[in-house]
Amino acid sequence: MPSNIQVPTRQVPTRRELMLGSAALFAWAFVPGSARAEGCDPRFLTIVLRGALDGLAVVAPVGDPDWIKLRGDKALTSEGRTPALPLDGFFALNPAMPNLHRLYQAGQATIVHAVATPYRERSHFDGQDVLESGQAKPGAVDTGWLNRAVAMLDPGGRTATPGRQAFAVGPIAPLVVRGPAPVLSWAPPRLPPVSDETTMRLLDLYRHTDPVLAQALEERIGLAAIAHAGGINSEPGDDRPVVQVGGIEQVRKYFAEAAGAAAKFLTRADGPRVGALAFDGWDTHVNEGAGKGRLANLLGALDGAIAEIETNMGDAWRETVVVLATEFGRTARINGNDGTDHGTATVAVLIGGALKGGRVLADWPGLKDSDLYEQRDLRPTADLRAVLKGLLRDHLRVDDRALETDVFPDSGTARPTAGLLA
Amino acid sequence: MACDPKEAALALHRFGFGPRAGSIEAIAPDPRGALLAELERPNAGLIAAADLPSSGAANRAVFEYNAERAANEKLERRRREAAAQVAMKDSGGEAAMEAKIDAPPPTPAQPAAVPLPRQLFRNEAKAHFDAAINAETGLVERLVWFWSNHFCVNADTTVMAGGYEREAIRPYVLGRFKDMLLAVEGHPAMLLYLNNAQSIGPDSVAGINRDKGLNENLAREILELHTLGVRTVYTQIDVTNFAKVLTGWTILPTVSDPDHGGEFVFLQRAHEPGPQTVLGKTYPDTGVEQGRAVLADLARHPATAQHVATKLARHFVADDPPPALVDRLAQRFLDTDGDLKEVTKALIAAPEAWAPEQKKIKRPGEWIVAALRATGEPGDVVRIIGGQALLGEPLWRPAAPKGFSDDNAAWVDGLGQRLDIANAFAHREGLGIEPEAVVDVALGPLASPETRIAVGRAESRPQALTMLLMAPEFLRR
Repeated sequence: MPSNIQVPTRQVPTRRELMLGSAALFAWAFVPGSARAEGCDPRFLTIVLRGALDGLAVVAPVGDPDWIKLRGDKALTSEGRTPALPLDGFFALNPAMPNLHRLYQAGQATIVHAVATPYRERSHFDGQDVLESGQAKPGAVDTGWLNRAVAMLDPGGRTATPGRQAFAVGPIAPLVVRGPAPVLSWAPPRLPPVSDETTMRLLDLYRHTDPVLAQALEERIGLAAIAHAGGINSEPGDDRPVVQVGGIEQVRKYFAEAAGAAAKFLTRADGPRVGALAFDGWDTHVNEGAGKGRLANLLGALDGAIAEIETNMGDAWRETVVVLATEFGRTARINGNDGTDHGTATVAVLIGGALKGGRVLADWPGLKDSDLYEQRDLRPTADLRAVLKGLLRDHLRVDDRALETDVFPDSGTARPTAGLLA
Repeated sequence: MACDPKEAALALHRFGFGPRAGSIEAIAPDPRGALLAELERPNAGLIAAADLPSSGAANRAVFEYNAERAANEKLERRRREAAAQVAMKDSGGEAAMEAKIDAPPPTPAQPAAVPLPRQLFRNEAKAHFDAAINAETGLVERLVWFWSNHFCVNADTTVMAGGYEREAIRPYVLGRFKDMLLAVEGHPAMLLYLNNAQSIGPDSVAGINRDKGLNENLAREILELHTLGVRTVYTQIDVTNFAKVLTGWTILPTVSDPDHGGEFVFLQRAHEPGPQTVLGKTYPDTGVEQGRAVLADLARHPATAQHVATKLARHFVADDPPPALVDRLAQRFLDTDGDLKEVTKALIAAPEAWAPEQKKIKRPGEWIVAALRATGEPGDVVRIIGGQALLGEPLWRPAAPKGFSDDNAAWVDGLGQRLDIANAFAHREGLGIEPEAVVDVALGPLASPETRIAVGRAESRPQALTMLLMAPEFLRR
């Protein structure tokens, strides 16, 4: 009898092995030299919110007389069961974001409103390319503004860390950090969960094309009851259950873990000083749920990530700036599915101890029909590139000429915003 | 022949592993001709595997590896015990504790090398998947996967699962069924998996001396799963007699000879003497030839033809394949003495096989390979193995000798897991893609307007890729 036949151990990789592979944070491993010469050690983190965030649902112009008219019962207001959090009398913050509110009150958060990139069409892919590439127009690009800005920096005496060896999180860099400056990566042990948005879109596709797959997916997400009540396009009532396909808890954990890890890397003595990560899921065409529902849940998760960054930064927080930006905004009015469609201007959120915060920067365009861009979107009155240029110049000490020629070409009209920092 | 890109796309999904960039255009002038041409390639089905060991060599290598590991562990244990005793003797219990604390910290562990059995498995898996990822249409590789599953073994019971596929399946997928059957049932991986290696004729010399006896497992599964089909023309008596015929089909032990062991051997000493009657025919005791004669007759039995034809049609066409198609394939099987290339040609020629509706859900492995082909990603074998396992189809590890199911019902429940994997894959690989271009590559004219809209309106490139990989036209074939 052959006694020598060997049974191999199971080859199935661990869940941890499988999870390696979700992009989150990218950063470079050197200090901006000129800033360092002044005795500073600035940290800079960019968070790209892909999918087009509804700026009016994050920071609502509650003081605008046309606001309620525009959004009706979907408008965030300062009254009601969950009142928006007051900012400056005119604007108020989504109640799902108490941490951001606290930072604002502490002078460590700045809102830029009615802001947009130079892109004026409404395609996600092109809009994200413009946002992340820093180019004035969409088109073939393979480098991002943040990478080019870092490549311009004097490495600040840290060339000893293997040349210009860079650091990054996740095996695939978002476009914003791709480019000549080399990038290393680290992947968080958690996959970005399948967003509710993705699941709902897939379900919609199946319902139109493949009943068998539709049923299987409905069972997976436990939506049968809602489906029978009329599907995802039905009128939502107050008692309508909040759709949480992947589970908002998973999203919260993922956001907090990725952002928290980014912060930890940025605080290490020999660690990187500049990084980026991306969170998806903001494309709220159906049942947006700004006050209660999908968007409120996502904003809550984002608020948790903000708190995680602040905590993990420790003492370095006072030298930190974090930018949260999205490719474009959404329609000013609610659409036929209680959602919003692709629009133009939106908000950018800046947080960090290095800011002169507690302000909403806005040249408010108004919300009357004639005020709206193409009579449908919030009209852009600020150029996102001006804000980014101001931060890169004053915080990282990227020089003006590099900003104009390499980082944001053709951005002469967008003068760097001065006075953002404390 | 008229150019037909839609039929080309269907051909690639249904009979191959899905399109790669340019595949649809390349075969559009004559989709069926492209499939048939792949059958005529020299060495079709075989893969260059110079660096992969034979089953016997793999078996011996793992034997040596485990023996060395066991010896090292024993040595280490002895050393520790000796050290503890010395410490006790020198300074009493308390000092021994201190000595322990003072001892230099253990040297940091080297990153653990991948254990040899796992490395062998990965190498075999890589060759297996690469052949599918790089195939022109993939028809021949689909046949390899089909027959490998029909005659499945289990990698939990043998290190030879990959070698088995290369040695017993690949050379015969376009040859005669009889030759594959003989190669399979005589392969050490199968003899081990279905316990024939330890089956002993009760009246054989070994049986009398050791009081051991028959193991019917292999004989039964050959009749039930590999040839005639369950509840067909055989009885329990046939199973028992056939098991007796197969006694002595075993494996050469690996103990003292570095060059031999782990291979098939016919052990006369364990073979049940005398003639045996199987399915009404009596086979004289001709040693190993007795078993070969029974297998040859089983291979040309009409029930086998029907069984094989049904499984082929179910795999490629529909869970409940049209009876006329099954009958035609079975007849072709009988007319050609089980020539599997001819049976495959009959399948490709059948109008029923080209119904536009994509009735079958791709099996997990097929879907993963199709995703890699569509995106041009080379694929990482550890991820592929892991993904396939998460989707319920662990490579070469079916839960039972019946192999993985070919019914949609078995796979549609895994839709949620597919979405998880599509989402993860898309976040890893989807940032650089042009969504519309990938739809053209992967589906071309098969893409429904709804799918094109869903991909085009996605909120990000990763979401666009997820929608494509999860689109019905891509999930199905």
